[in-house]
Amino acid sequence: MAITVPLLRMGKPYESLATADVISAHGGEPLAMVSQANPGLIRRDLGQLQRSVLQAFSLANLFDICRQAAVHFREDNLPIGNESQGQSPRQYIEMLSATSGLPHTLCHSNVNKICYVLSNMAQIVDGLTRGIDHRAIEAGMGTKGDIPLGYLPTTDALGVVLPSNSPGVNSIWLPAIALKIPVVIKPGRDEPWTPLRIIRALIAAGYPSQALGYYPTDHEGADVIATMCGRSILFGDDLTMARYAENSDIQVHGAGHSKCILGPDVIDHWGEFLDVLESSITDNGGRSCINASCIIVSRHADKIADGLARRLAHIQPRSADDSRAQLAAFTNAKIADTIDRSIDRCLETSGATDVTALARRSARKVCCDNLNYLQPTIIRCHSLDHPLANTEYMFPFASVVEMPIEKMTQWIGPTLVATVVTNDKPVADRFLHCPHIDRLNIGAIPTSHVDWNQPHEGNLFDFLYRRRAIRHQMVSIGT
Amino acid sequence: MSDEASDILDEHVRQIIAWHFSPDTGTPFWLEWARQSKLDVVSEINCFSDLKKLPRFEDVWLRKLGHDKWIPHGYRGQPFKVFETGGTTGMPKQRLSWEDHLVDYTEFSRMLDDHYADAFPHGSNWLMLGPTGPRRLRLSIEHLANIRGGACYFIDLDPRWVKSELSQRRSGQVKQYMNHVIDQAAQLLCHRNIACLFSTPRLLEALGEKINVSDSGIKGVFCGGTSMTPQVIRFLVEEILGNRAALVPTYGNTLMGLAVAKPVAAEADYALTYYAPQPRAVLRVVDTENPDHTVRYDQWGRIELTTLTREFLMPRFLERDEAVRRHPWMGESGCPWDGVGEVRPLDAQQQMTVEGVY
Repeated sequence: MAITVPLLRMGKPYESLATADVISAHGGEPLAMVSQANPGLIRRDLGQLQRSVLQAFSLANLFDICRQAAVHFREDNLPIGNESQGQSPRQYIEMLSATSGLPHTLCHSNVNKICYVLSNMAQIVDGLTRGIDHRAIEAGMGTKGDIPLGYLPTTDALGVVLPSNSPGVNSIWLPAIALKIPVVIKPGRDEPWTPLRIIRALIAAGYPSQALGYYPTDHEGADVIATMCGRSILFGDDLTMARYAENSDIQVHGAGHSKCILGPDVIDHWGEFLDVLESSITDNGGRSCINASCIIVSRHADKIADGLARRLAHIQPRSADDSRAQLAAFTNAKIADTIDRSIDRCLETSGATDVTALARRSARKVCCDNLNYLQPTIIRCHSLDHPLANTEYMFPFASVVEMPIEKMTQWIGPTLVATVVTNDKPVADRFLHCPHIDRLNIGAIPTSHVDWNQPHEGNLFDFLYRRRAIRHQMVSIGT
Repeated sequence: MSDEASDILDEHVRQIIAWHFSPDTGTPFWLEWARQSKLDVVSEINCFSDLKKLPRFEDVWLRKLGHDKWIPHGYRGQPFKVFETGGTTGMPKQRLSWEDHLVDYTEFSRMLDDHYADAFPHGSNWLMLGPTGPRRLRLSIEHLANIRGGACYFIDLDPRWVKSELSQRRSGQVKQYMNHVIDQAAQLLCHRNIACLFSTPRLLEALGEKINVSDSGIKGVFCGGTSMTPQVIRFLVEEILGNRAALVPTYGNTLMGLAVAKPVAAEADYALTYYAPQPRAVLRVVDTENPDHTVRYDQWGRIELTTLTREFLMPRFLERDEAVRRHPWMGESGCPWDGVGEVRPLDAQQQMTVEGVY
């Protein structure tokens, strides 16, 4: 029987008359009927939201709650439907895999990522706040040495509009829990599971349910969350990014256009860095904005493209529960078709070759267990203007381009993560001063490696709090 | 449809066809069509199902042709009104009216007495919160208030400007405009004794965000203008009105008039079914691919509207809405013909299933 998933109206379950079925990619009966919030209902709830419900909690309390929540999230049967409908950890993995297309291995690694963030919240908050006195967050006022510090929340709630295909992104909003900011979530239509399970785990650990909202809804409802919460993070495509580009209260996480660069000093040893390149392209099924979609080198581009293609050709679709599975299925066959056709159309423009086509000896789009997959694809672009030279798709896909080192930092364009493999300081300096790069790894560090002490697409603490000047002096009375 | 309703409809069809295709009373557009088609319309069309012998009405005719084509000879020389469709940008559809809009709302007034007498008491004043301008709603609501013994106050909202701003992604301007509209409504409710309200669902929500609507004295809300889901109705009834004022959802437009809803109830999950003002207008739910066929009960299909008044003949016009075909509303004060349920724009379902990408 399908699970009936209610809204959580700042903690209170509410079964809407409008529901959306969540269907397994394998077909069959719906796995869940998820209540849908009408935009007016969200507006009404947000108008009544109060941050004060978190007033009584110290950061130490909240870190402790997060630690316990990690255990609940990983190990417990949690209520996700009405009262009698729970979800075991195993059911969660199966449902997540069935609706997101991720194999169980990647589902587990996303669980690990979320649990890591919850379990290590104290260090993560210290990383985000650069170790400021916790009292500055708890009471709005603290000190650093003798210097008084004042911090003020910029919002009464953080709105989060999530995607359907990458549960790991939930880790991005989690620090708001410990930073005493209520969270209002719109889950992805096909991935209601992860944020709900996190919320249930937090409530089980003692977090006040009134500070957590769960509102599956349509585009208009998502816009209400994005624009009515004082601060919001959204996951979307280029169109979504353009729509909110001028609103500094909204952070949009879209295509990352992350890149790997092999410096001239290491380029002759390129074979030693294929592991880093492969990891950057393929980790998490190649779906993340931190996956590399372009390899930039100053020499040996043909050989590197060929070497990468041969490696990636071994990554093939496998059953969802196969422990060797690395690729994620496209639960919507039309999206796989569209991407596949788009790449083929671009290849009709001269100046680019699909080098994986020869290495894997099968079509890019294949079917396994009745699901559609796009197999890893490496495009050697001889022309820097080629439409595939600096583009990104939701599967392991990368171009390999060659250019002189002097040209790279101008050509690179907006880049969420750049890994620059070099020991040459002048080369590293070029990239250190490149304004297009958001996160910079210098060394053989995969772009997909996340260091939680470092900000990801902007620092969440800086987004949720602003510093203000403050002085405090006791007043003498009756002297 | 009951046998009696069917007989009444067929007789009405014969009268309306005779009127529009008579050289003395007919409409120039239809007389010209009959001349070109060489169809002896009056003898060929004897019942509702015969209307398929006429062409499907196309809205472009109402946009492009001058109003002289639409004045029945029987109305020549009598003052008329030009009404336009609601939120259209570009050249709107226009319909001429002499008394149809008043007839529709006089009928609606009877329906209010039959089902909502306490919520819309005679002698009460009304507030109309919605599009006025060239729309028939403005005069119709005032007529409704007047025949029920009350006055009507107006707050205008220009949906075309809102649509234009939204298309240019200027949602901030729209928000300011909404606040401006709602502030005016709150002001009027504060200073005048008003018990009945017309509002669009979105404006009612916005009013509820500003004031407690029931505390302001509102007893009944006549709601329409855009589609509503049962969940939206539930939200308006339970949370905006706090179960302390009646909500009457309607489906209407300039071309049809006003379709009334069977009273909504929590026990029925606020299921929403509208009934056309038959025989003046007929709604059918037809197969999207093959619109000559009506879908089965409880199936989705496209709405087809036929308007049959002396002022306006519009056969088998395919609306841009879809709905579920519902059974007749039998019983006293009911509508013993097919209803249309869960009305929504044709592309609404597609919009809902657009997937976000990461």
